[in-house]
Amino acid sequence: MSDTPTTPIEFRRYTQNLSPAIPIAIQQATGQFFEKRNARVAELPEWELLRDAGHRLRLHTLEHLDAYLEQAATSLMAAGVQVHWAINGAEANAVVLDIARQHNVKTIAKVKSMATEEIALNTALQAAGFQITETDLGEFIIQLAGLGPSHIVVPAVHLKKEEIAQLFEEKLGVEAPPDPEQLTAIARARLREVFLAADMCISGANFLVVETGTLVMVTNEGNGRMCTTLPDLHVAVVAIDKVVPDWEGLATLLKLLARSATGQKLSTYTNFITGPRKTEGEHGPRELHVVLLDNGRSRMLASPLTRETLKCIRCGSCLNVCPVYKQVGGYAYGWFISGPIGAVLTPQLLGTKIAAELPYASTLCGACAEVCPVKVPLLDLLRHLRRRVAEGDATTTPVVSPVLRGVARGSAIALGTPWLYRLGARLIPLLQVPVRRGNWIPSLPAPLNRWTMMRPFMPFRARFRRWWKHHKKNE
Amino acid sequence: MHVQLFITCLGENFFPEMLESMTTLLERLGITPCFPSEQTCCGQPQYNSGFEAEARSMARRWMRTFSHSDAPIISPSGSCVEMVRHYPHLFPEGSEEHTLAIELAARTFEFTEFLVRQLGVTDVGAHFPHRVTYHASCHLLRGLGLRDEAKRLLAAVRDLEFITLTEEETCCGFGGIFSVLYPEVSGAMLENKVRHIIASGAEYVVVGEAGCLMNIAGGLHKAGSAIRPIHLIEVLAAQGGA
Repeated sequence: MSDTPTTPIEFRRYTQNLSPAIPIAIQQATGQFFEKRNARVAELPEWELLRDAGHRLRLHTLEHLDAYLEQAATSLMAAGVQVHWAINGAEANAVVLDIARQHNVKTIAKVKSMATEEIALNTALQAAGFQITETDLGEFIIQLAGLGPSHIVVPAVHLKKEEIAQLFEEKLGVEAPPDPEQLTAIARARLREVFLAADMCISGANFLVVETGTLVMVTNEGNGRMCTTLPDLHVAVVAIDKVVPDWEGLATLLKLLARSATGQKLSTYTNFITGPRKTEGEHGPRELHVVLLDNGRSRMLASPLTRETLKCIRCGSCLNVCPVYKQVGGYAYGWFISGPIGAVLTPQLLGTKIAAELPYASTLCGACAEVCPVKVPLLDLLRHLRRRVAEGDATTTPVVSPVLRGVARGSAIALGTPWLYRLGARLIPLLQVPVRRGNWIPSLPAPLNRWTMMRPFMPFRARFRRWWKHHKKNE
Repeated sequence: MHVQLFITCLGENFFPEMLESMTTLLERLGITPCFPSEQTCCGQPQYNSGFEAEARSMARRWMRTFSHSDAPIISPSGSCVEMVRHYPHLFPEGSEEHTLAIELAARTFEFTEFLVRQLGVTDVGAHFPHRVTYHASCHLLRGLGLRDEAKRLLAAVRDLEFITLTEEETCCGFGGIFSVLYPEVSGAMLENKVRHIIASGAEYVVVGEAGCLMNIAGGLHKAGSAIRPIHLIEVLAAQGGA
């Protein structure tokens, strides 16, 4: 579970004392995913065309989201689904709690969902006395550990098998050898009990097909199918940006998602759920509810740039390729979503007061934007949000530290005024003499020590202008 | 043919040999460089940190400096050229400044881009008898889309032995303001890069961007490595044993 942060997310503080084990575990896993992704992408000569189609489809949908949502609600209701609208997380949680109470629910089987992490639904349900169990293996593990997901697709990516074995021994009271197969068997046996006992299933959805009101759920473990088939009651929390106009568009997005996320042509299970069971002979829940969640998204829709954030299909490939994420892992980003997409989504959902550090948690290297299957302009968004932090905008006041603002203004004057710039280029080589040691400046006072603590600085050696004069004279 | 040199503030203050090499190499290719002396910084540090008002005033100064001549503007830095290509976003559409920004951006080129894409030159007659590996800088590679240009130029250098760097296209951890806001992460990324460079067994690591060069040079020095960091342009200008 990942509760919503209410105090500023401290990326620097978190990354100052990082255990060296974390980058190793994360780099191994993300590296494997990314290699597989590259192999699948290489098989498709039309990959770039597909990305372009995905981008256009997502943008079109978002530009007409009001109409598509109305149609989606109509299709859902026609399929026998009860539709609820929630403006924010609190409303969505209240709707789910009400449904659970009305049905005298005791135990809930949960399918992995980023939307429910976003609104901290598990916390709300547990506080109300419901027993809720995450049934995706990774989610099951981090729930036992009392943590939120550290990766969009592989939530327990930062944990080693030894740590998981120890966790199982502590929390489940079983003997657990550090062997992935045996650990999976232990979880599987536990989860089987959960599936059979649960009187309610809660899930999210990867997509919601407008024309038929179909929920689409992409999984690899089969837990999703157990959860959405066995209990009599199923509630899906679906963010409003998940809609896809039709099945043709869905086919495009599924191709992009499976390849980008896990390097598969298609995930092991792709579930299509259109309404509850219609006759007694069928499987599936007797009652199906869909909670359509806004939670700040309609605000993001208002501007053409921020709208593009919502194109994201949560494949996690921007995390797998991000050299910053691979060093720091998911928790550095402070909330349920991490990596480059977290660095742009969190400040938009929680505001720059809480997430001012995140837009700067990138070298702007552009690896993320290059792989994004739906072309979310991550670099433009990072810069836009840096600007929101530094300068504010129509609705947000600037929150940047006075020191950084001072440096920015001072450097703009010093670097932007030719005589001052040239004077500096002449003076600094003299001023640096006391700290210079040969070809290097090994250490500098604060705040410049933030460079030299990691590598020495180069001495200023401006001499081109003099050289140029001589060079021209000698011609 | 005349070109205007846009030497960049990092180039001017830290890599004078590279700028001298750039000048002489252009002359060797029959091009006449000129140097607009009012130039300072392009405003990239402010723009990438979110201070757009400051970046805008620096962009204005830059545009005044380089609009006196119609000659193409050539720079040894991908990120500074990319900054110039962002200039149009800084001014309202339809304004005179917007039009000027578009016009200037269209004739501002990174050095390898100018050689390979504009002049169609890949062999500049260089001789560099060393084992070299190459770090692909993010702003050249992804910022300007120059994936092969530097490597094609290196391939034509006489007696140069090219060793492909592991994770050649992964960021070195510089990232401008990032390196001082999150020094621990920046340092860890640099260590990764330096480890691969050392493992390559090269004598030189070639880099086409001053910021990365500064970062990587510092990282190699800290690691006590004898591998020499060098700007791509210096390799292309080399004619002897160097």
